[in-house]
Amino acid sequence: MNSLKFVFSRLLGAVPTLLALICLAFFLVKAAPGGPFDMERSLPEEVEANLRAAYNLDDPLPKQLLKYIGDIMRGDFGPSFQYRDFNVTELIMSGFPVSLRLGGAAILIALFFGAIIGTIAALNQNTKTDYLVMFFGMTGISIPNFVMAPLLILLFSIFLRWLPSGGLGGGEINNMILPVTALAFPQVAYIARLTRGSMIEVLSSNFVRTARAQGLPTRTIVLKHVLKPTFLPIVSYLGPATAAIITGSVVVEQIFGLPGLGRYFVQGALNRDYTLVLGVVVFYGCLIIFFNLLVDIIYGFIDPRIKSNR
Amino acid sequence: MTTKVTTHTNSLLGDAWNTLKKNRAALVSVTTMATMIALVIFGPLLSPYAVDQTDWYQISSRPNLASGHIFGTDDLGRDLFVRVMYGGRVSLMVGIVATIVSVIIGVTYGSISGFIGGKTDALMMRVVDVLYAMPFLFFVILLMVFFGRSILLIFVAIGAVNWLDIARIVRGQTLNLKGKEFVDAARAGGASTLRIVFKHIVPNLLGLVVVYVALTVPQVILVESFLSFLGLGVQEPMTSWGALVNQGARQMETSPWMLLFPAMFLATTLFCFNFIGDGLRDALDPKDRTREEE
Amino acid sequence: MLSVSDLSVSFKTRGETVVAVNSLSFRLLENEVLGIVGESGSGKSQTVLSIMGLLESNGRAKGSAVFKNKEMLGLPEQELNKIRGNEMAMIFQDPMSSLNPYITIGDQMVGVLKQHKKQHKKEARERCIEMLDAVRLPNPEKRIDGYSFELSGGMRQRVMIATALLTNPDLLVADEPTTALDVTVQEKILDLILEVRERFSMSVILITHDLGVVARTCDNVLVLKNGTKQEYGNINQIFYSPQAEHTRELLFKSKELSDAQAITKTKTIENPNVCIKNLSVFFPVPKDGLFSKQQHLKAVDNLSVEINKGEVLGVVGESGSGKSTLARCVLKLQKPSNGTISAFSNDTLKMNRKQTKEFRKNIQVVFQDPFSSLNPRMTIAETLNEPLKVFFPKMKQRDSARAIANWLDEVGLDAGFLGRYPHELSGGQCQRVAIARALISEPKLLICDEAVSALDASIRAEIIELLLKLKRNKKLTMLFIAHDLAVVNKICDRVVVMHQGKLIEQGETKKIFQHPVNQYTKDLLDSVPVPDPRLEKEKYLRRLGNKAKYF
Repeated sequence: MNSLKFVFSRLLGAVPTLLALICLAFFLVKAAPGGPFDMERSLPEEVEANLRAAYNLDDPLPKQLLKYIGDIMRGDFGPSFQYRDFNVTELIMSGFPVSLRLGGAAILIALFFGAIIGTIAALNQNTKTDYLVMFFGMTGISIPNFVMAPLLILLFSIFLRWLPSGGLGGGEINNMILPVTALAFPQVAYIARLTRGSMIEVLSSNFVRTARAQGLPTRTIVLKHVLKPTFLPIVSYLGPATAAIITGSVVVEQIFGLPGLGRYFVQGALNRDYTLVLGVVVFYGCLIIFFNLLVDIIYGFIDPRIKSNR
Repeated sequence: MTTKVTTHTNSLLGDAWNTLKKNRAALVSVTTMATMIALVIFGPLLSPYAVDQTDWYQISSRPNLASGHIFGTDDLGRDLFVRVMYGGRVSLMVGIVATIVSVIIGVTYGSISGFIGGKTDALMMRVVDVLYAMPFLFFVILLMVFFGRSILLIFVAIGAVNWLDIARIVRGQTLNLKGKEFVDAARAGGASTLRIVFKHIVPNLLGLVVVYVALTVPQVILVESFLSFLGLGVQEPMTSWGALVNQGARQMETSPWMLLFPAMFLATTLFCFNFIGDGLRDALDPKDRTREEE
Repeated sequence: MLSVSDLSVSFKTRGETVVAVNSLSFRLLENEVLGIVGESGSGKSQTVLSIMGLLESNGRAKGSAVFKNKEMLGLPEQELNKIRGNEMAMIFQDPMSSLNPYITIGDQMVGVLKQHKKQHKKEARERCIEMLDAVRLPNPEKRIDGYSFELSGGMRQRVMIATALLTNPDLLVADEPTTALDVTVQEKILDLILEVRERFSMSVILITHDLGVVARTCDNVLVLKNGTKQEYGNINQIFYSPQAEHTRELLFKSKELSDAQAITKTKTIENPNVCIKNLSVFFPVPKDGLFSKQQHLKAVDNLSVEINKGEVLGVVGESGSGKSTLARCVLKLQKPSNGTISAFSNDTLKMNRKQTKEFRKNIQVVFQDPFSSLNPRMTIAETLNEPLKVFFPKMKQRDSARAIANWLDEVGLDAGFLGRYPHELSGGQCQRVAIARALISEPKLLICDEAVSALDASIRAEIIELLLKLKRNKKLTMLFIAHDLAVVNKICDRVVVMHQGKLIEQGETKKIFQHPVNQYTKDLLDSVPVPDPRLEKEKYLRRLGNKAKYF
């Protein structure tokens, strides 16, 4: 069956990317000067030697790499050097749900609002509405989220006292509103711009002219002829969008004090917790690759030109 | 069909400049940026305070024209205006240098890949695809943490984040140009490969490159600010807008000006470059000029 | 049916107002085929677009256009939508982009029925299949669930016609429906239009720049120039006793090319300049799966031909016939899969770099698209200097300047063009520069690959004149590739006919055009519409008769 072959070939294509990611991250972390024990008081040589043996740190690098990959496949990311009582897998599992809620909400909001705003702008091209939207778009991509976040806190928490300024607070929605907004804002702006550009291009294409000549009302033309070609590039953008949200979450979690993966990563980096840092990078990397793969496959099923060439 | 004979010659760049001039937003942005650059370079000379001069009697004081602290002071009593200006120097400098790094890597990679074509091109683009999927920023953070924070490393690391986009676009345009008949004509005209690349392909890429330089600068400044915000950028006594925003965010309940001024400068710069980039992109749109008017 | 009075269409561009149509008046009766003819910029499309309310946002239409007792101009969108696609249908020039590639053919067609006839999906689908069958689309039940990019140009146009017919319109507007199609396909589509007009009792407005097409299909003709009516009358009157000067001009230009005027060269069959033997070029077709056999597209299939010194050899064929591939092989821009090419007694495939350069000096080319064949970043002077720098590196500045000025003059451009850039020039001027660039190194062979196909009719005639002049004065040997038979007739001594990579027939132009031997050549020549209504009528009846024979 062609569909199966298509999915399979895409899956196959993702594997080298995955491997490259793991190798790169691994060697980068290993190449860092200073070992995992440098932060501690200097340990007696014997103890250090034992610890190193326990963590396989004396084995040749490629061997360590293979062992690491094997461990990952079993879900074992290794022990955390910083949080002695936990291993990395546990830390990831505790931090990820927080980040997932944050990032997931941000992407959905970005998609929903971005698409709607962009569509409105495109359908009202060169009117006041359009300029307003474009200005908003420009603002969104020009104000970084680490600038927006404190500003939001300043306005809504300190000034107006409507919303809490940080912390999970037991997971209430109130605590999520500001962080999600800060995270989603630049993406809403970007997707709005993308949608607007895409739709304007589609609206000026010849087949839309044909549809108008066929007496179809604007509403029908937009719904039937324009939506699909407009949003195909947006679907492609979802991959990089996820990556951007993940990156942005690092800062947003920091500012709002949310115990997500991003925050663990930064702490780990500053505290030289190599396994944690490596684990987070690999985890997030896999997530991005997986998501890109998903988007790719979905795209292949939606775009008829690829569908028929399968 | 009327012939389009103009009274003065217009190179493509000249044409683009004319179109750009008509874009008001872009024009305003250019003047704003020019002003900002002037301010950043000469501003500190206007203030009696030095960048690391602490004044314990003036800690966290509000903006006050009389005392000469026109932006106020930070929590160590340093004049904010001077610090914002110095921060601007770093942010803009990193922006420009890292952009140049990005552009050089991206253009070289993309044009070679596009020009050679075939399997080499497929391989090179595959590498780009793989790299695209990596959470680059995380790697940069790792680099910064592990290898120290030399300013050189910052330039290279940040530059290395953004070259992928440029490489893709340049490769696309190179392929497009390769298929154009004037390249064939040049080959049939006996031109060597080197000549074709440098005389025919590269000059036609310049327009695109200029657009992407303008669009990359804000991205790069963003990355630098991001790193500085996390505490991983330039070290004291050097400061950048990102670092200043970081410090300002921590004090924003009591001294909001510490946040607002650097934030405003940062946002304005990004705004301006984005407008300029957008305007340039519209102006240099390589639409084939069709003459048919039915 | 349609009554247009004092129609004026104008556009506001950057502060100026451009008048596209100027006080036009004409009528269209029931069951009539009206041809609107004129060169580009004459306002033919804008006329009908304004009647259908399809003008661009910066266009304004004044005057009156009454369709079935309803005033069309100024009608609100809602009212227009009741008439458009329903009682008045339109098909466009470029079938490639006029159909939506993202939704199925069926979806698009059913959409029209849903809008105007409020039919249910099942009914609508059946009617669509019926209509696709009526336009002779093979396999309509399968095609209806397929996409537009799976069809060829001719088939797409059939789909467009079928879609237009779904609502049984009273008027069909066809805007250059066959301009983008091959000549043999064009014949079939035009016949189809006449057939459906008969069957469904419609009026047709046919817009075209080709007088032959008009002669073949129309009852009455409206001639436009710069938006104003030049002449309006019955087909016989227009073609056999034209009144307006512009009409006469157009007729003259179209006939000019169909008179066999090729100058038969002196029959010196010396060593042929270029000798092509058993040339084959195969392109690999993207594979279906990883393990299926590699298929090949035979662009050129075992072709052998010679080009003699001093002659103009024409290569004629439709799209996909392999003529451009052939040219590229001769130019050494394409490597053949099989066969040999020898030029000036040297095997071109076995040359080293130095020999190749020498070879290139002697073979030059003029391409089809005048704008993309010149480097947009180089001035005309620089473009013309290129070949001199490459082939005569030791030439002094003064001599090259003189050569450039000389050739600029030869192609009819004045020195003021030297400092200009291609985007400032018109198509015809760019092509002249391309010719100058090709000839400045004084090559022994000039290859023209569809060199005049992208130009307007009047400019085309000028460039052909120029080429003829150069041929006479400089004793040029030329390989002239075209799909337009009239042009080939005018300029070539000998002709080679290609079809699907194979050589079908070759010989002296006059002989081939007047007494073709091969059936394909006969079909090809026959399908070219001639601006002579009586002749076209005869051909039409003959074609109908042929079809009837099979039943």
